[in-house]
Amino acid sequence: MTHASTTTVLARRRRLGTVLIALAGVLFALWATMNGPVAAHAAEGDPYRVSGNVQLEGAPLEGVAITVDGPGGPQTVETDADGKWAVAVPERNADYTVTLDESTLPEGIAVVDESGEDTTPNVKEVHVGPGGRVSVNFFIGEGERHTTSFFDQLVERIINGLNFGLMLALASIGLSLVYGTTGISNFAHAEMVTFGALMAYLFSVVISLPIWVAIPIAVLLSAAFGYLLDTGLWRPLRRKGLGVVQLMIVSIGLSLALRYVFQMFIGGGTIQLPGSAPESLNLFGSVRLTWVDLTSMGVSIVVIVAFALWLQRSRIGKATRAVSDNPSLASASGIDVDGVVRVVWIVSGALAGLGGVLWAYFRPGIKWDMGSSILLLIFAAVILGGLGTAYGALIGSLIVGVLVEVSSLWIPADLKYVAALVILILILLFRPQGILGRRERIG
Amino acid sequence: MDILQILSNTLAQILSPTTIGFVLAAIGLAVHFGFTGLLNMGVAGFMAVGAYGFAISILTFGLPWWLAALIGIGAAVVFALILGIPTLRLRGDYLSIVTIAAAEVVRLLFLTTAFKDVTGSADGLSGFHTGFRASNPLPQFSGNAGFGPWSYSRDQWWVIIIGVAVVIVTVLFVWALMRSPWGRVIKGIREDEDAVRALGKNVFSFKMQALVVGGVIIALGGIVTAMGTNVNPNVYVTSQTFYIWTALLLGGAATIFGPVLGAVLFWVVRAFLSNLLPALVNIGALPFLSGEQAQMLVFVLIGIALMLLVIFRPQGILGNRKELTFVK
Repeated sequence: MTHASTTTVLARRRRLGTVLIALAGVLFALWATMNGPVAAHAAEGDPYRVSGNVQLEGAPLEGVAITVDGPGGPQTVETDADGKWAVAVPERNADYTVTLDESTLPEGIAVVDESGEDTTPNVKEVHVGPGGRVSVNFFIGEGERHTTSFFDQLVERIINGLNFGLMLALASIGLSLVYGTTGISNFAHAEMVTFGALMAYLFSVVISLPIWVAIPIAVLLSAAFGYLLDTGLWRPLRRKGLGVVQLMIVSIGLSLALRYVFQMFIGGGTIQLPGSAPESLNLFGSVRLTWVDLTSMGVSIVVIVAFALWLQRSRIGKATRAVSDNPSLASASGIDVDGVVRVVWIVSGALAGLGGVLWAYFRPGIKWDMGSSILLLIFAAVILGGLGTAYGALIGSLIVGVLVEVSSLWIPADLKYVAALVILILILLFRPQGILGRRERIG
Repeated sequence: MDILQILSNTLAQILSPTTIGFVLAAIGLAVHFGFTGLLNMGVAGFMAVGAYGFAISILTFGLPWWLAALIGIGAAVVFALILGIPTLRLRGDYLSIVTIAAAEVVRLLFLTTAFKDVTGSADGLSGFHTGFRASNPLPQFSGNAGFGPWSYSRDQWWVIIIGVAVVIVTVLFVWALMRSPWGRVIKGIREDEDAVRALGKNVFSFKMQALVVGGVIIALGGIVTAMGTNVNPNVYVTSQTFYIWTALLLGGAATIFGPVLGAVLFWVVRAFLSNLLPALVNIGALPFLSGEQAQMLVFVLIGIALMLLVIFRPQGILGNRKELTFVK
C-alpha cells in the first residue's frame, strides 16, 4: 500500500489532509495487525535484523514503541536507554513495515517529515536486502501527531470487518452445507481454503497467467478438489458406515496431512499473489480502501447472492435444502442424496477456494497454515449462525468478521481472535442452536 | 547413513520428558474420550494450563516446585470446570469445537505481548528449574550416566524418575477407577447416556467429574514436560492436540495401557522417521525431497496414519472391537 498518488492532492487540501493522514496511520496500524496471532511468530533466534535509533536533537529517547510487521508477523519493541532498538526477523529480501507509536513519545513531540511529501512519517516501508540488515531512522521534532479520532477508527474497522466477514462467509457457507448434508465437522475445510490460494499462486506467479485468469482457474480446481475428496474419500467412508465422530477425526488427519504437503511445496515462509500491495484510494468521508478490498467485497457479494439464488430457486438447490433438513425423508422422496452431496462438495470446494484467494489478499500473503489460522473463526461463524444453515453461516461470518476487527480497538491486536472464540463459547451457553438454527438439531 | 546413531536417537526418545508428558496427556484423554466418550479437542490447552501454572507459580510468586505443581493441577481443575459448565450438556461435536476454541484462547492469552512480564509472550518461560533440581536426591555425578542410548545427566534423570513415577501411579489410579462403580457409570455414559440417566444418575455431574480427573492427568503431562524443558506457547497448538489423539487411538482409547503404548510408539516412530528420512535424503535415496521436506513428510505420514487408524482400526492396538470406542 503506498500513498504517493494521494500526496499531491493532500498538499492542496490541508484540512482534509489531516484527516487522511490520521486515517492512513490507522490503516497502517491495521495492516500491521493483519497477520493474525495464529500465524507462526517470529522467533528470538531469527537471523536477520531491522534496527534503528530514536533521538531528539541528539538526546536518546527511551521507551518509544516500535512495531515491525512483515513475514513472521508483527513484533513490537521499545527503545532502550540509548534510544536504540532492534528486531530479529525471519526472512531477508522481504519488505517490512516499521511503525513508531507516537503516543509513546514525550509530550509535544512527534515524528516530522523532512521532505514534506510523506503523509505518515511515523510509518516506514523498509526492504531487508541480501545483507539481511537494515536500519530505520525517524526524524523527531516538534509537530502535530498523526492520531485519529475514535469514530474514524470505528468506521474503518467496521468496513474492514465486513470485508473480512464476507471472505469468511465464502468459507463458512461451504462448511455449513457439508455439515448439514453429511454431518461431517470438516476440519480439512481449512486446507480447501489454502488450496484455492495456492492454485491462484501457481497459475498467476509460477505459470505467469494474468491474475483475472488465474483466479477462475483456481476456483475451478478447488471445485474439482472438493469433488475428488468426496469421490475418493468421503463417499466410500459413508458407504462403510463410519460415525460422525470418526469422520471428524478422519478430517483432522486429512487436515494435518494436507497442511504439511502444502508446506513441502511452498516452505514455511509467506509468498505473495500479484498486486497484493495496491494503491489505496479515498472512497468517501474519511474511509480509505484499496482496489483489492473493493473488488474482494464486490466479488464476495456477487458470489453469495448467486449462491443464495441457486439454493433458493434451482432444482438441485431445493434438493440440497431438503437433504439438509432430513436426509432419510429426502431419500424416500426420490432425491438422489449421493448426487446432492457430491454437488455440495463441489460448491463447498469452489467457495472455499475463492475464500482462500481473498484471504491471501486480506492477510496479505499465502502461507501453508493460512487456512487453519482462520478455521476456528469459520467454525465460530457457522455455530453462531446455526450449524447446517447456509444463511446462518453468512450472518455468523459477518458478525465474527466485524467483531474481530472492532474488538481490537479495545483489546491488544494479538488477542483479537479471542473475542470471537469467547463469543462462540457464550453462544453455546445461551443459544446453542445459533441464530437461525432450530432447537431440535441439538441432541 | 549411520543406522546405529538413528536407532540410538530413536530409543533415547522413549524416556524424554516430552514422551512422558505425552503418555500422561494420552492417559488423561483416555479418561475423557475412551472411557467417558467426551470429545475433548482441547488437550493442548490443559497441558498449557498445567505447564504455565507450574512455571508462573515459581517465577512470579517464588513458590517451591511441589507447591507450584499443585497450583498447576488446581489451574487445570478450574479450567475443566469453566469448560464443562457450558458444554457438557451439548452434543459431542459441539464439545469438540468449544474445547478446541478454549485451548486456542488459552494459548493466545499466553502468547499475547499484553502479559509479557508474566507469560514471557512468544519467548515462553525458562529458568524455573533451580528449586526442582536442588531437590534431586541422586548422588552427585558429572557428565552423563546410564546405559546404551539411555544416558542422561543428573538433572535429566531426576525428571525421568519423577515422570515415570507419576505415570505408574496414574496408570494404577485409572485402572482402579475404571473397575470401581464410578468407572462403570462413566462407561455407561459413553455407551448410552439416556440409559444411565434413567437409572437415576446425574449424568452431568459424572461427566464433569470425568472432565476434571482427565484434565488433571493431562495437566500433569504438561507439568512433567515443563520440569524437563522450557515452556513455550508454540508447543501448545491445536496440532499438539491432534498428535495426542493419534497416540491415543494408536494404542487403544478405551484401555488402560493403550495410551501408554500409543504415546511411546508415536514418539519412537516419529523420532525414527525424523532421523531416518533426512538421512535417506543425504545418501540420495529420496531424490525428490530436501532435508527440510523430509521432516514435513513425517507429519504428512502422521496425518495419514491418523486417518487410516480411525477408518480401519478404531479400537487401536490393544482395544477390543466389542467395546465401542466411537459412539454413533
